[in-house]
Amino acid sequence: MTIRTLRDYGQHYRPRMACLKNVEVFVVEMQDPKSGVKGADQKLNVTIIPHVINGQDVLAWIVTKMKVTTEEAQAFGTMLVAYGYIYPLQNHRKLVLVPDSTLYRFQTPYFWPVQKWPAEDIDYAIYLARRNIRKKGMLEPYEQQHYDNLHKWMNPKWDFIVMQATEQYKANKERKKPDRVVLDCQERAYWIVHRPPRRTHSAMDYGLDRLIDPNAEEVLTFDVVRRTNIFLTQALMRSAVKSSVSLTAFVKFVTTHHNHDPFLTTPVPSNPWITDSDEFWQLNSRSVDIPTKLSVERWVLSFWELISDPRGRVDFKLFLKKEHSAENMAFYEAAEEMRWGAASAIPEKSQFIFNTFLKPGAPRWINIDGRTMGLTVKGLVVPHRYVLDAAQTHIFLLMKKDTFYRYLKSPVHKDMQKRALVPAPHVFTDAQLEANVRNRNPGISPILQWQQEEEEKAAAAVAARPIDVKAMVATNKLDRK
Amino acid sequence: MIFSTKPEMATQEIQPNETLTNLKAESDTLKTKLEDERAKLHDVELHQVAEKVDGLGQFIMKTRRTLKGHGNKVLCMDWCKDKRRIVSSSQDGKVIVWDAFTTNKEHAVTMPCTWVMACAYAPSGCAVACGGLDNKCSVYPLSLDKNENLAAKKKSVAMHTNYLSACSFTNSDMQILTSSGDGTCALWDVESGQLLQSFHGHAADVLCLDLAPSETGNTFVSGGCDKKANVWDMRSGQCIQSFETHESDINSVRYYPSGDAFASGSDDATCRLYDLRADREVAIYSKESIIFGASSVDFSLSGRLLFGGYNDYTINVWDVLKGTRVSILFGHENRVSTLRLSPDGTAFCSGSWDHTLRIWA
Repeated sequence: MTIRTLRDYGQHYRPRMACLKNVEVFVVEMQDPKSGVKGADQKLNVTIIPHVINGQDVLAWIVTKMKVTTEEAQAFGTMLVAYGYIYPLQNHRKLVLVPDSTLYRFQTPYFWPVQKWPAEDIDYAIYLARRNIRKKGMLEPYEQQHYDNLHKWMNPKWDFIVMQATEQYKANKERKKPDRVVLDCQERAYWIVHRPPRRTHSAMDYGLDRLIDPNAEEVLTFDVVRRTNIFLTQALMRSAVKSSVSLTAFVKFVTTHHNHDPFLTTPVPSNPWITDSDEFWQLNSRSVDIPTKLSVERWVLSFWELISDPRGRVDFKLFLKKEHSAENMAFYEAAEEMRWGAASAIPEKSQFIFNTFLKPGAPRWINIDGRTMGLTVKGLVVPHRYVLDAAQTHIFLLMKKDTFYRYLKSPVHKDMQKRALVPAPHVFTDAQLEANVRNRNPGISPILQWQQEEEEKAAAAVAARPIDVKAMVATNKLDRK
Repeated sequence: MIFSTKPEMATQEIQPNETLTNLKAESDTLKTKLEDERAKLHDVELHQVAEKVDGLGQFIMKTRRTLKGHGNKVLCMDWCKDKRRIVSSSQDGKVIVWDAFTTNKEHAVTMPCTWVMACAYAPSGCAVACGGLDNKCSVYPLSLDKNENLAAKKKSVAMHTNYLSACSFTNSDMQILTSSGDGTCALWDVESGQLLQSFHGHAADVLCLDLAPSETGNTFVSGGCDKKANVWDMRSGQCIQSFETHESDINSVRYYPSGDAFASGSDDATCRLYDLRADREVAIYSKESIIFGASSVDFSLSGRLLFGGYNDYTINVWDVLKGTRVSILFGHENRVSTLRLSPDGTAFCSGSWDHTLRIWA
């Protein structure tokens, strides 16, 4: 097993940085001597560093220029620091914009995260070696770790690296002290962004490279173009709907579901995440006796909503049992199980379904038209996952267009509507809220719930099997006397 | 010119260049024709239709839970159907199952690879699937026994030729849909590890996928680095619709609750809404001040709100119908990598590279 560690693969594919073009526009404007952020000279230890800006001014400039709130401006400012366009002078490992008198400087464009300029390991090795010489072996722990790693895998080139480092160190000594300090700050900031220490969040740490270079020209082979043409021809044959129709459908959907959306209408009795009371979940669970009024209203919206809610499906099945058409739902569920189930179970399931629902004289024979029945039975000779699709769609549409509306008018449903609960909204005092936090209900493990449901299903399957009169007589269950 | 798809053409050696040029010309004509046809049907904009809808009030969304426990960037998360448990995966190979309501960690698995970019909770709540740089998707059955080593019962299901970017169970524990950096998506049978269907059509890495919530449940949408979002038929493996309006990689796609549309979030800092019935893009959610890419999107239950997690550490909340931004949420200290609404819509969870997950409500 190859375990790949995060490496800087020369950062060839940079479209992940599509934002940089827009960011650089702002950074350039920020440095404008007239309308940009005002800098000043700052005394740091003994040297005077020019063009130092403070966090507050940067924030104020962003707020005015981008016309955003202070918090948004702070988020944007932090991104500028995280990408290395601005670097902090003091707490140099924390790449955030602090909106007070914290000092920052603009990074020189040479060190900007430009598209085709990878931060190579060899450059980092030279930098660390030089720093090692300057600090006489006293590197920071994370730098020491990097140094040791690079020394290990760049061993053959190490002489070259040390030579370069020594040359640069000597050249640096020729410079004036203030220039040296500034250059040192810039370089250190650059490497913190590109080789971040453990707790630093740097935006150049962008994750993995993509496999396929999206910048490369797509090779349009014969096959690709032919496939595109087939796709386009088929698309042209397919009819599309007018925007006014489909967009109105969205508006309708939003309006009908408005009351059911916990972000738009506060759920009753309360949102469990806010008040730490899970009563909302308990009232809407599958096994509850009386559902809430909101649930019942949701079932009315469409057949799909009814059977998607486990509690709703239970109610619908109850109605079907009264109507003696429970075989439709049973067939639908069995077909769904086959379609989404394991490949190995398909032959067995298809046999069971055929025997129970489709063969002439079957105990739970479903009423579908002759043509569909013929197709399905023929297909079942060599069963595959989708062999019941036609029959299933037929039954589903039957339930959706006929049975559902009868359900809505039925006494089962009307009775449920009357009995449905409207829980009172919770009003917790602060003390009660604190108590709720301490007593958060751990609930039942989904594994246990699943086992319970499977047992119930098995029991229901046994109950639904047709009664064999002969067997009952044989076991003396039917007592004539 | 009769457009022919006879197989003989593929083997014709006579003047292949001319045939290719002709085909390319045909391709361009078809594309223009399709655009014209679709444009004819576009008689109104979404925000015009939404004019009569009430505006949204102020939202108070706060972090209600912070889940700390990952030692590195959180890359992906998924909710359990019980509305309170989640599974999350991170860069250091750890996959953790939490009860987000009590913030307890219930299970933890260490994958043999780093960068576990995909994880999914099984519909039954009895297993989780995850994968990443190992190019595989593995299913771990969960156990009630806390001391049991889950890695012992691990089952390798999917095998791709490059990293796994997203995975999702279909309507049961028995099938998994995966997408990979090798540009393909695939449907697998969990029990046997058999490939049931593969989906080819993306020209670059596929980064995300989402299954349609519709009654027929036969389609899914995938988004890739070729800036395309494709809608596929699971049964035949064909791409039935394709949308190419983004300007950069599509990081996340999510279906609208009714199943008739989907939203996508991309590195070009916009989120877009695509109408499947009208076969076009119908809304762009962007602002001049939003410059950094959207990594993850999800709708609220009614489809009125679109939550987007961005690379500038913020979460923007959009009014889907009117196209305006309703709210911006701060709190994460590094980019938001994953965002999903809970199954009953009471909260959404965001995972970030700052090693934490937050539940917002």
